[in-house]
Amino acid sequence: MNKPLLHTDRDAAWRRELREALTPRERSAIPRAHMPMLDPAYRITCNEEVNQGLSAGQAVTEATRCLDCPDPQCVTGCPVSIDIPGFIKNIQRGDAAEAAAVLRRTSALPAVCGRVCPQEKQCESRCIYNKMHREPVAIGWLERYAADAARLSGAAPAAQAVEPLGIRVAVAGSGPAGLSFAGEMCSRGYSVTVFEALHEVGGVLRYGIPEFRLPGEVVEYEIEALRAAGVEFVTDTVVGKTISYDELLAAGYRGIFVASGAGLPRFMGVPGENYINILSSNEYLTRVNLMHAGTPGYATPVPRGARVAVVGGGNTAMDSVRTALRMGASEAMLIYRRTRAEMPARAEEIAHALEEGVQLIELAAPVEYLADERGRVRAMRLQRMRLGEPDAGGRRRPEPIEGAIDEVAVDVVIVSVGVSPNPLIPESIDGLEVTSRGTIAVDDTLHSSLGPVYAGGDIVRGGATVILAMGDGRAAAASMDATLTQKA
Amino acid sequence: MYQILDKKHFSERVVALTVAAPLIARSRRPGHFVIVIADDRGERIPLTIADADKERGTITLVVQAVGESTRRICAMEPGESLRDVVGPLGHATRIERVGTVVCCGGGVGVAPLLPIIRAMKEAGNRVISVLAARTRDLIILEEQVREYSDEVIIMTDDGSYGDKGLVTDGVERVLRREQVDQVVTIGPAVMMKFVSKLTGRYSVPTICSLNTIMVDGTGMCGACRITVGGRVRFVCVDGPEFDAHQVDFDEMLMRLRAYDPTPSSPVK
Repeated sequence: MNKPLLHTDRDAAWRRELREALTPRERSAIPRAHMPMLDPAYRITCNEEVNQGLSAGQAVTEATRCLDCPDPQCVTGCPVSIDIPGFIKNIQRGDAAEAAAVLRRTSALPAVCGRVCPQEKQCESRCIYNKMHREPVAIGWLERYAADAARLSGAAPAAQAVEPLGIRVAVAGSGPAGLSFAGEMCSRGYSVTVFEALHEVGGVLRYGIPEFRLPGEVVEYEIEALRAAGVEFVTDTVVGKTISYDELLAAGYRGIFVASGAGLPRFMGVPGENYINILSSNEYLTRVNLMHAGTPGYATPVPRGARVAVVGGGNTAMDSVRTALRMGASEAMLIYRRTRAEMPARAEEIAHALEEGVQLIELAAPVEYLADERGRVRAMRLQRMRLGEPDAGGRRRPEPIEGAIDEVAVDVVIVSVGVSPNPLIPESIDGLEVTSRGTIAVDDTLHSSLGPVYAGGDIVRGGATVILAMGDGRAAAASMDATLTQKA
Repeated sequence: MYQILDKKHFSERVVALTVAAPLIARSRRPGHFVIVIADDRGERIPLTIADADKERGTITLVVQAVGESTRRICAMEPGESLRDVVGPLGHATRIERVGTVVCCGGGVGVAPLLPIIRAMKEAGNRVISVLAARTRDLIILEEQVREYSDEVIIMTDDGSYGDKGLVTDGVERVLRREQVDQVVTIGPAVMMKFVSKLTGRYSVPTICSLNTIMVDGTGMCGACRITVGGRVRFVCVDGPEFDAHQVDFDEMLMRLRAYDPTPSSPVK
């Protein structure tokens, strides 16, 4: 895989000047920026973005904190190896457009990543400041600042002119993995067609992540940038159904990247789980985000209730419970079988949910649902748990406390306990090897068992993050490119 | 956009739309369905494909006006377009030569049944079709069904056409008199429930095609989940056809009412 050269301009005169202007001691004395946020009482009345973004002044000050290390560890924490000091120092010198251009070199979706990446577990966790017992540089907020500044400047994202190779490649799925792959292949000169099963482009960025965390216009801008660069998007098309694998090959596509996502929502299999108003987080979020349920004039309905319980502890659970508040729930409960400390959700999302009034019910798991005479859920029976020994993953395993079962009244329940791979594409392509978990089997280069087919994102990982999916898109592009042009 | 090329009224509330959708027309087989969005603010609803014309690049959808979206679609005229049509989705019907097949449909369910009747006949089966409706005007596609059936029995609730009685009366008449190897039933859930009960008593393998509430139609949301043989299955990716004797129809009937407006319901 050909890795892009990093921090190539670290020795540039302007960069040296910036480094010499302040001592590391002076830089590290600057406190980390605070993200301006909407007031919790206001934000649950609307869909406006909670984090308002750093001001230009805040961004320059925060960028000044960065020590511009000679061997920046933050970059090693980034799944797409963004030149982090490179873009941050451009912000410091006041050139947000150039900062955005640095981001674009490795990321097709910087404004998205700046908002939804778990930076605290990635780049920011490797910042030298952690070793100095200081708060890390707010890399994610700076990334968002640069990408937003470029978008809000009104300038169209610069599409690099590349020599077309005259080779067509297809992508199944327009989520983060597919978009990242498309951007990368496009910049390498390929003609890229992205097929999307839904009626809108964006995958989980569109149907899953709510407006208050990732505004639709941000996603739209990133997609427009890809379109301007020459990527073709075809909606309403299910690869393997509307158009078969053989038809794609016959149409001249020489490589196919399958990025169809995780698909099937998991349920817990407890009695009463099919009662009315018990739904998956996928269904709930799709109705509200993609279909605009709850917005006057739109035809799609969504269950609304005074008492909404969300089962789970991941980011999707946080998105669901916070959406429920915005849909008018007076009691929004988060039911989790472990404690807050073990939740897989980002710390920021958990904090935001609690600020907004979400009631956290830890160490509890539904064991049965009860319904009224028409089959509508009216209560859940919760088994109380305690933490036992750590499991293989190092998290303490929840154990039921015998006899400790409570009944909690609910109107709507949203089950957010993970997803399984979507069988649609694996079933429809003969000879495509799948794992015992139903994910597409790939080698280190994301190559599947079939010559032209590569795969990445959740259809390979079975349920991960936006940035890991994007990393797969880039990696698959590099290996498909190597194969197609015999450069390997 | 998917243009409507022809429109035929089967009854006051049932229309057949011929829609330009060349890729779907080419790849669909009997039993497949599509997800349709009427307009920019429309919802995603599943509709079974009644017919297709590969050369012309069209599919036929038979739509009954029952809710807001289907009313809007039924009111659309040739020249207008559906915003989105996605498919073909679900598994196609397994067509085999088994001997004698009874195909029974109720109301608008006869439309998706027709391509199955035809395929069953072409596979060499003896096909007996039972069509049922409330009243004479609601019997649809009779002529086309006759073309591919060895025998056609028509049942109406009010006796205005064919014999007076329910679809199950017509099916039972056949089950009593001869060996039937398979039954296929498509129609309202409650009808399929009683057909399934009946054929269960006669131990005749029975396939039903289910039309549940769906959002994406590709396995993502789980709105369509039902219980089949004690296991939760998704109609969109595991179906839409199932062994009727294994389906928990009472649960399905309950779930179909999820979005029915009722005064005390939390649904808006």
